Amino acid sequence: MENRFKVVIQNFEFHYGPVLALKDLNLSIRPNQIFAILGPARSGKTTLLKSLNRLNDLIFGTRHRGQVYIDGQEIFSEQMSLPELRRRVGMVFDLPTPLPMSIFDNVAYGPRLKGIGERSRLGEIVETSLTAAVLWDEVKDRLYSSALRLSGGQQQRLCIARMLALEPEIIMLDEPCSGLDPISTASIEKSLMSLKEKYTILLVPHNIQQASRVADRVGFFLGGELIEEGPSEEIFTRPKVKKTEDYISGRFG
Amino acid sequence: MTREKFLERGFLLIALSSISILGLIAFFIFVEGVPLMWKTGLESFLLGDRWYPSKSSFGIFPMIVGSFWVTVGALIVGLPLGVACAVYLSELTHPTLAMVLRPMIQLLAAIPSVIYGFWGLIVLVPLIRESLGGPGLSILAGSLVLGIMILPTIISISEDSLRALPRTYKEGALSLGATHWQTIWRVLLPAARSGIVASIILGMGRAIGETMAMIMILGNAAQMPHSILNSARTLTTNIGIEMGYATGDHRQALFATGVVLFFIIMGLNSLALIFSRKGRA
Amino acid sequence: MKISRHRTQQIAKTIIWVAAFSTLGVMFLILYQVLREGLPLLHLQFFLGPPRQMGRTGGIFSTIVGTLVLTAVAVVIATPLGVGTAIFLREYTRESRVSRIIRFGTDCLAGVPSIIFGLFGFVFFVIFLKMGWSILSGGLTLATMILPTIICTAEEAIKSISYSLREVSYGLGATRWQTIRKVVLPNAFPGILTGVLLGVGRSVGETAAVILTAGSSFLMPDSLFSPIRTMAVHFYILAREGISMEMAYATGAALILLILAINTAANWLMYRYVHRG
Repeated sequence: MENRFKVVIQNFEFHYGPVLALKDLNLSIRPNQIFAILGPARSGKTTLLKSLNRLNDLIFGTRHRGQVYIDGQEIFSEQMSLPELRRRVGMVFDLPTPLPMSIFDNVAYGPRLKGIGERSRLGEIVETSLTAAVLWDEVKDRLYSSALRLSGGQQQRLCIARMLALEPEIIMLDEPCSGLDPISTASIEKSLMSLKEKYTILLVPHNIQQASRVADRVGFFLGGELIEEGPSEEIFTRPKVKKTEDYISGRFG
Repeated sequence: MTREKFLERGFLLIALSSISILGLIAFFIFVEGVPLMWKTGLESFLLGDRWYPSKSSFGIFPMIVGSFWVTVGALIVGLPLGVACAVYLSELTHPTLAMVLRPMIQLLAAIPSVIYGFWGLIVLVPLIRESLGGPGLSILAGSLVLGIMILPTIISISEDSLRALPRTYKEGALSLGATHWQTIWRVLLPAARSGIVASIILGMGRAIGETMAMIMILGNAAQMPHSILNSARTLTTNIGIEMGYATGDHRQALFATGVVLFFIIMGLNSLALIFSRKGRA
Repeated sequence: MKISRHRTQQIAKTIIWVAAFSTLGVMFLILYQVLREGLPLLHLQFFLGPPRQMGRTGGIFSTIVGTLVLTAVAVVIATPLGVGTAIFLREYTRESRVSRIIRFGTDCLAGVPSIIFGLFGFVFFVIFLKMGWSILSGGLTLATMILPTIICTAEEAIKSISYSLREVSYGLGATRWQTIRKVVLPNAFPGILTGVLLGVGRSVGETAAVILTAGSSFLMPDSLFSPIRTMAVHFYILAREGISMEMAYATGAALILLILAINTAANWLMYRYVHRG
């Protein structure tokens, strides 16, 4: 049964110190789909993402219960290599965070960490990733200038390219379009649609409309719990739980 | 995985260097100095007022008194002038001028103490000798120069404390009809009190630890000073002057002086820590 | 007689003005005096020639070499130790007993007077480790003196690197050491350099500890085990022994200029790279 799903989360619970951020989470995510994680602030959405690549481990005083399987492998086991996990599960954060280096070095950062040093190989990877992130044409003439000079939208696409350079299996985007203009937002959404052919995508959308535009399946979270989950048309037109319906119709946000 | 563990252990070892050095310093100074203190007897060492190394008489009370007076004098000079300057910089002057003056004051803090001592020797000492009598090489000269030396410390820390105060303090007082000066005197300075006290303690630490400038202008008298025009020695100059040629018991007595100095400084440090915690609360 | 509040303010402000002006005035006067007498005496031969007749004439070349070499040894030893400590405190641990002990040690070390360092350096490096009065003894002693400064500034510099940069690095599959090496240290470099410059400034001006550990020979050194005289020590000896007021002024002026240069460089670094955020 687990082979059908890319990610299987079982009875997962997560604490930041004394604060309970996720509880009783049981969720399975299918490959090559866009799964949107919906919910108001403080529902545990970011916590869920950062648990999947164990970036939460960086914070002191966190603990979890339950299991998370990616392709059948438990990610919290002792044998799991953290760098390896984070290459397979890529993440783009809500604020564009280019590293203070050139555009080329930003995208090449991950591959270099893996040990790829050859100039030509890196050049290929950089071009492929920037193209997939729909940024290549805009920056191909200034690859060696500082990434900090790019606009917000460009920087965010750079972050996407940076992550794609590692050829992950799962892509997680945490409100990737917040603070971006509509044109950048549209181009990112467009690239997501083409990326799902190769990758499994988890998206925390900026708003409900974005989810309805791009998501295949949707999970609604409230206060750390998964309230409802299903195909996106179902959730948006015939939600089964009242709280979901209230949120979708904007009764709270 | 093991490489990372190795690096973590390595960095831990490096990080322990500062406390290890402190331990080494304490250990070696104590090993050299404490036996002599025991031999002479703690009381007669600390309270004896005869320092005659050639006759094996090691009483450092005159030096303790010298250190005390010079430090008190430095604070009498440094505290009011330092706080006045801090007030001037943070409240009474154009911000651009203050921005220019601040790095210049930092520069003054970086000037080696021997330069200050030199100036004291050339300018201050003859001045005191001619106008007030005595050898000129005196506690008065020492206090004045030491006061000038700790001024940059007191000024910058007090000024930082004043500037760190929330604007609402000043705005609140002024909006209640207080004059600028009343605001400074009754609201801002009391509020910055913990920072100012911290600067005093730091200044005291520097004053007590100062050696070279004091050697140059305090005179060399290993006797109890009876007036500020007398020459004197401090605990530090005692060591600095005689270390070059001391041997045997004499040398150990100088280390013993170092032990006393060590305790005084550690005491001051702890005081500073306590006060800075109180300020936080 | 009741004095109006405004009168009080006028008087108080005037007193403060006078105090501030005279204080700042005296402090700058001291520098001015030494520079005025000493600057005219600074010429190339002064910097390049050796001291003659115990320093009465000639130049200060060997003391310049002494200052540079001693400072270099101190920096080479203290910087890795200091930066390493800062890395440990900020990257490998959080507030705990170990970190509190380390900070306590660093704070105390910062408060130890230079004469005590001199005594320590003498008994430990010169005598116990049998290095004698030498560049090595002096440099090692100076290293222990500037260590707290470097730890403090390096820690501040590393602390100011935003968490999200680290998060990005880890998110792209970097190990802790890779993140430190590729993201944290390069960005903290200007701040760390500022701390090193402050340490250099302190080493240049230090006298008490240097005399007790590096000796005071004004001959050119043969090796790291030779004794050496620094500019500050030379200045002190000239002044105290009354050998030559002229040479003292000149050496003092040179010393002030050197400190001025170092401080300006540190300030410029701080302004340009650190406060930009």
